[in-house]
Amino acid sequence: MTNELNAQQWVNQHADYLYSFAISRLNDEEQAKDLVQDTFLAALQKVDSFEGKASERTWLTAILKNKIIDVYRKKSSGLKIVSESHAMAEQEVFFEEDGHWSDKNKPTVFGIESDGKLSKQEFNSILKKCLEKLPPLWYAVFTMKVLEEETSENVCKELMLSSSNLWVIVHRAKVNLRACLQKNWL
Amino acid sequence: MVAIKKIIRNCRQATLLIEKQTTDKLTVKEFLSLRLHLLFCSVCRLFKKQSVAINKMMINLIKAAETNAPKLDDAYKTSLQQQIDEKIGK
Repeated sequence: MTNELNAQQWVNQHADYLYSFAISRLNDEEQAKDLVQDTFLAALQKVDSFEGKASERTWLTAILKNKIIDVYRKKSSGLKIVSESHAMAEQEVFFEEDGHWSDKNKPTVFGIESDGKLSKQEFNSILKKCLEKLPPLWYAVFTMKVLEEETSENVCKELMLSSSNLWVIVHRAKVNLRACLQKNWL
Repeated sequence: MVAIKKIIRNCRQATLLIEKQTTDKLTVKEFLSLRLHLLFCSVCRLFKKQSVAINKMMINLIKAAETNAPKLDDAYKTSLQQQIDEKIGK
């Protein structure tokens, strides 16, 4: 069975879905709106490339994902050079010269380790606050790797990173995020 | 012995490998050095637990944002469909 496109029903059937997809990844209503529009217009340009293997929605979502990556790329360009040189200095807060945890900033138990006992609402607001402090590049890398389950090769290609760069970014961001949560949790 | 001591001390490297292991396959060398490190380092074992928990929570946060997202207003939708109709009308 092959799927077909029916552009006359696109807005009706997919606009809200695409909008919520974009907004959850960008946290920006206006930008999400624009991307939904861009997605439909881009889709019209390449209806010929639709082979009917995926559903209409999957196909449209794939186009939207690429648009989101473009936004991430724009947001993070210029950040890279700064963060490279920053990385080491920043890490000194957490690690000693030989790589061992510094006593002052090492992880301690603060309550997220055991399941079920979290008051979700409260945690989410702290998590959101801590995420805002992270460079957009890590947010991009995280959603692509963990949520969309993209391969590292793909993520590196899309965001123009080397493979070692990728892990340094993921690592640095997680160490910072974890520390921020620990600090604000209690 | 010096090499082993270095691995056991190096939490920076171990935590980087923990992050990599969440989504990717480690090389044999990386895998073994991480196993060795975690055997001796309870702080990094804790980091690993917390890191997994944080990933789960972030996924939940994004999924929740997806479900709770506002809907597009009807006027915008109408104009959007009009744009599409114009293009296919051509």
